[in-house]
Amino acid sequence: MTSLAVKARRLIGIFLLGVVLFNYPVLSLFDREIFLSGIPILYLYLFGVWALLILLTAMVTGSRRSGLREQGMDERSETSTKD
Amino acid sequence: MLETGTILFVSFLYMGLLFAIAYYGDRRADAGRSIISNPYIYALSMAVYCTAWTFYGSVGRAADAGLGFLPVYIGPTLAAALGWLVLRKIIRISKVHRITSIADFVASRYGKSTTLAAMVTVIAALGIVPYIALQLKAISTSYQIIRGYPDINMPGVSTSFPVFSDTAFYVALILALFAVLFGTRHLDATERHEGLVAAIAFESVVKLAAFFAVGIFVTYGIYDGFGDLIGRAASMPALNSRLTLGGGEGTYVNWTLAVFLSMMAVLFLPRQFQVAVVENVNEDHLNRALWLFPLYLLAINIFVIPVALGGVMIFAGQTVYADTFVLTLPMVQHHQMLALFAFIGGMSAATGMVIVETVALSTMICNDLVMPILLRLPMLRLTQQSDLSALLLTIRRAGIILVLLLGYTYFHFIGEHYTLVSIGLVSFTAVAQFAPAILGGIFWRAGSRSGAIAGLLAGFGVWLYTLVLPSLADVGFLPADFVTEGPFGFAMLKPFSLFGLQGLDRIGHAVFWSMLANAGLYIGISMFSRPSAIEHAQAALFVDVFRKAESERSTVWRGTAPVPDLRSMLRRFLGRSQADRALVQYGVEHGIDWEKSPTADSGLVNYAEKLLAGAIGSASARVMVGSIEKEAPLSIAEVMDILDETRQAIAYSRELEKATAELQAANERLKELDRLKDEFLSTVTHELRTPLTSIRSIAEILHESPDIGPDRHQEFTQIIVRESQRLTRLITQVLEFQRIESGRMDWHLSRVDIGEVISEAVGATRQLLEEKQIFLSSGLADGLPEIEGDRDRLVQVLVNLISNAVKFCEPEQGRIDIHARKEGGGLRVDVADNGPGILPEDLESIFEEFRQIRSETRGRPQGTGLGLSICRRIIDFHKGRIWVESTPGQGATFCFWVPTKRPSAG
Repeated sequence: MTSLAVKARRLIGIFLLGVVLFNYPVLSLFDREIFLSGIPILYLYLFGVWALLILLTAMVTGSRRSGLREQGMDERSETSTKD
Repeated sequence: MLETGTILFVSFLYMGLLFAIAYYGDRRADAGRSIISNPYIYALSMAVYCTAWTFYGSVGRAADAGLGFLPVYIGPTLAAALGWLVLRKIIRISKVHRITSIADFVASRYGKSTTLAAMVTVIAALGIVPYIALQLKAISTSYQIIRGYPDINMPGVSTSFPVFSDTAFYVALILALFAVLFGTRHLDATERHEGLVAAIAFESVVKLAAFFAVGIFVTYGIYDGFGDLIGRAASMPALNSRLTLGGGEGTYVNWTLAVFLSMMAVLFLPRQFQVAVVENVNEDHLNRALWLFPLYLLAINIFVIPVALGGVMIFAGQTVYADTFVLTLPMVQHHQMLALFAFIGGMSAATGMVIVETVALSTMICNDLVMPILLRLPMLRLTQQSDLSALLLTIRRAGIILVLLLGYTYFHFIGEHYTLVSIGLVSFTAVAQFAPAILGGIFWRAGSRSGAIAGLLAGFGVWLYTLVLPSLADVGFLPADFVTEGPFGFAMLKPFSLFGLQGLDRIGHAVFWSMLANAGLYIGISMFSRPSAIEHAQAALFVDVFRKAESERSTVWRGTAPVPDLRSMLRRFLGRSQADRALVQYGVEHGIDWEKSPTADSGLVNYAEKLLAGAIGSASARVMVGSIEKEAPLSIAEVMDILDETRQAIAYSRELEKATAELQAANERLKELDRLKDEFLSTVTHELRTPLTSIRSIAEILHESPDIGPDRHQEFTQIIVRESQRLTRLITQVLEFQRIESGRMDWHLSRVDIGEVISEAVGATRQLLEEKQIFLSSGLADGLPEIEGDRDRLVQVLVNLISNAVKFCEPEQGRIDIHARKEGGGLRVDVADNGPGILPEDLESIFEEFRQIRSETRGRPQGTGLGLSICRRIIDFHKGRIWVESTPGQGATFCFWVPTKRPSAG
C-alpha cells in the first residue's frame, strides 16, 4: 500500500463522512428551533461540520509531503526488489 | 453625499489596478519569476467560483429561504475531498495531452471527436451566457443603487434604457478589453495566463474583505452580535421559519440535489476548469488548495444569514430587494465609505467571473467550434496558409467580444425577470451535463463516443425543456399555458413536473431528470457500442494516465511525416520562433538529430500533434496532422490488439505470476527457517543438557560420598566450575544473538587498534588452544591504521572465529594463522586453519543462523550454530564484509574486511 493510496482512501472517507453528515436523515436531527447562546443549532451544526471537514482534509493533504514526489509511481504498488 | 464622479473614479481606479496587476503578473511570468506559483494564489484563483451571485445573491436567497443558500458552497467542500482523485487526474491528463478547455477534454477522451467538441462548446456557451448576464446585471443594478446615495431606490427595468446610456454596456466593453488584453496576449501551447490569474486572485481577496466588512458592520455595528440579531429575528414570526430548513416534502431531496449540482459545477464550470486545471502551475499546489478553497467559501458565508435577517428587519415594509442588502444596509446607515467598498466588492466578484469565463469560452469557441469548420472548408485553403497564429488570436478576441455582447443582450431583454440565484442554478444544471462524460471518461475505459454524444444530447434536451423553455414562457416568448397545462395540453409533459413528478423545486426537478437521461444513455449506449481504434487508444491513455508514465513513448499512432511539412505546419500555428524552439527542444531531449533524416518518426509526429492541440484543440490538431501524415502499415486490428484490454490482462497476469513466485520463494525460506529453528532447539537443549548432566552427576557423587579425598574433591569441583562456565557461555551467546537480531544492541564506537584486538582475542582463547594443543601464530603488517568500531564486539568476532577454527582442528596437529593487512580503504583480517575445510555449497550458508556443518565422521556438531552468524551481524554493523575461502581437505580461511572509517548509517 503506497502512501498515495492511503491518502486517497482517507479523502474518500472524508467525502463519505460529509455526505452522511450533510444529508437527510442526520441533517433533520438538527433542523429544529433550538438555540445555543442565541444561535440556531442548525446554523452551528452546518458550519461546525463544514469546519471539521476542512480540518480533516487539511490534515490528510498536509501530512507526508514526501509522498507527493513519487511522480510516475502513482497508483502502482511497489514490487519488492529484495533478493 | 456620494458624487457620481467619485463612484466612477473609484471604479475606474479599481479596474486600473486590475490591469496593473495583470500586467505585472505577465511581466514576471515572461521573466521566468512567476508570482502565481504557490498554493495560496492557486486557491484564491479557484475562488472565482464566488461571483456576484455569492456576493449579492446569497443574501437574497437567505432572506427568502434561510439556510437554503448553503448547498452551493457545501458541494464544493465535498468535491474538494474527492478533488484529489478527480481533479488531480484531470490536471495530469490535461498536462500530458495539452488540453486547454473542457470541450477539448471531452473531445480528446472520446477519440478527438470534432462533433463532441462542438457540442460541449455549444452547451457551455448557452449555459454560461445567462450567467455572464447575471454578473452584468449585478454591476448595473448596484451602480444605479449607489448612485442614489443616500436615497434607496430600486432600479427600474433596464429594457427601458437606451443601450448607450446603460452602465452595464460600458462595463461589458471594459471587461472585454481586459479579457482580450490578458487572455489572448499571445498564442501559447499551454494556454496559461499568469497576469490574469494574479488579477483574479486579487479580486478574490477584495470581495472577501468587502463582504466581511459589511457582515461585521451589520452584526456588530447595527446589532449587538450574532445572538442579539438572531434573537430579534426569531421573535418575528415572519423570520422564524428562516432558521430551519422547514422540513416540508422534498426539502431534503432538493437540498441533496443542490449539493450534488454544485459539486459538479465546481469541477466542470469552464471558468473553474480554466483556473484549476489549465492555469495550474504545479500539481502539488492542489494539496493546500483542497482545504484553502473550502475555507474561503466558509469564510465568505459566515455573515450571509446575519446580513439577510438584518436587512429584512430594517427594511420591513419597504420595497428593497433582498439581493441588494449588502449594498443598501451600509447606505441606510449612512456609511458612505463602507457602501463604496461593498460596491467595489460586488464589482470584483462580478468582473472576476466574467473575465475568466469569457476567456475560457472564447478558447472553446475558437478551438472546438470555429477552427474545425474553417479547416474543413476547402475553399479557404487554410491548411496551406503560411501563418495562422494571427488568425487564431483574432478568432479568440472576436469570441470574447461575442460572448460578452451575448451576455449583455440576454441581460437587456430577459435577465431582468430573474433573481441572481435562479439564473446561476440554471447555468449550473447546464454544465452538470458534462459530468457523466468526464467522470466516466477518466475512470471507465468502456465509456464510448456514441454514449457520450447521446448522453449529452439527452441531458441538454431535458435542461432546455425543463428550465429554458419555461423561462421563455415567463417573458412571453411562449404561451404561458405551456407551463401550467403542458404542451398541447399534455399534463404529463408539464415542464416543472415531468411525468407527474411532484415535490421537488424547479432546479431539483431538472437536475434529476436531466442527469437520469444523460447518465443512463451514456452508460447504456457505451455498454452496447463498439468503439473505434482511436477511441480505444484515448480511453486507455486517459483512464491509465498514472499507470503509464511513459505514455509519450508508447506511441499508439504509428504515423510518420516528412520533417519539412511538419515544421512548416507548426510554424503556421505557433509562429516561427515558438515552433523552432519546440522542435529543437524535442531534438535535445531525445538525442535525435532529425534535421538529417527526411522523415519524422511517430514520436515526433505525436509531439507535434500535442503542441498543436495546445493551440487549436485536439480535434483540429488531429485533422491537421492527418493531412500530412503517412500512416505506417498498421492495420486497425493490430491497433486493437495493442490497445485492447487483453494487453492489460496480460500485464496483470505477469505481475501475478511474479508475485506468486515471490510468495513461493518466501514460503520455502520460511519452511527452511522453521526446520533450522527446530534443529537449533534440539542442539541447544542437547548442549545445555550435557553440562547440566555432568554437573548433576558430579554433585550427586559429592553429596553421596562425603568421605571423598581432597584431591578428588578438587578435581570434581573444577569440573563443575568448567561445565557451568560452558553453560554460561552458551546462554550468553543465545541472548547476544537475540539482542542483535532485535536491534537492541548498544554499540560503543571508538578508535580501535586491530593488533590489540587480536592479542586480546588470542588471550581469551588461550585455554581452549592449550586444551587441544593447537599452534597459533599471528602476523600483522606494519603501519596498520586504526579503525572506527566497537572494540569489544570486534574482539568477540575474533574469539568466535578462533574458537570455530579450534573446533575443526585435529588435536595436537592443529595450526591456526591470523593475518591482518591494509586493503582498500580498510583492514582485512584472515583466520586460517588446517581443518577438514568446507564444501563449496556451504560457503555462503555457513553464516546463516542455526546453520551447522554436519559431517559424516564428526556426527553431531558442537556449539549453537550462532557464533558465525553473530560475527556477520557485527561486521555488517561496521559496514564491512565477512566471507570464507576454502578447499575441502586443505583447511578454511575466514576473512573479514572493515573500513577504517565507518560510513554513517543510513
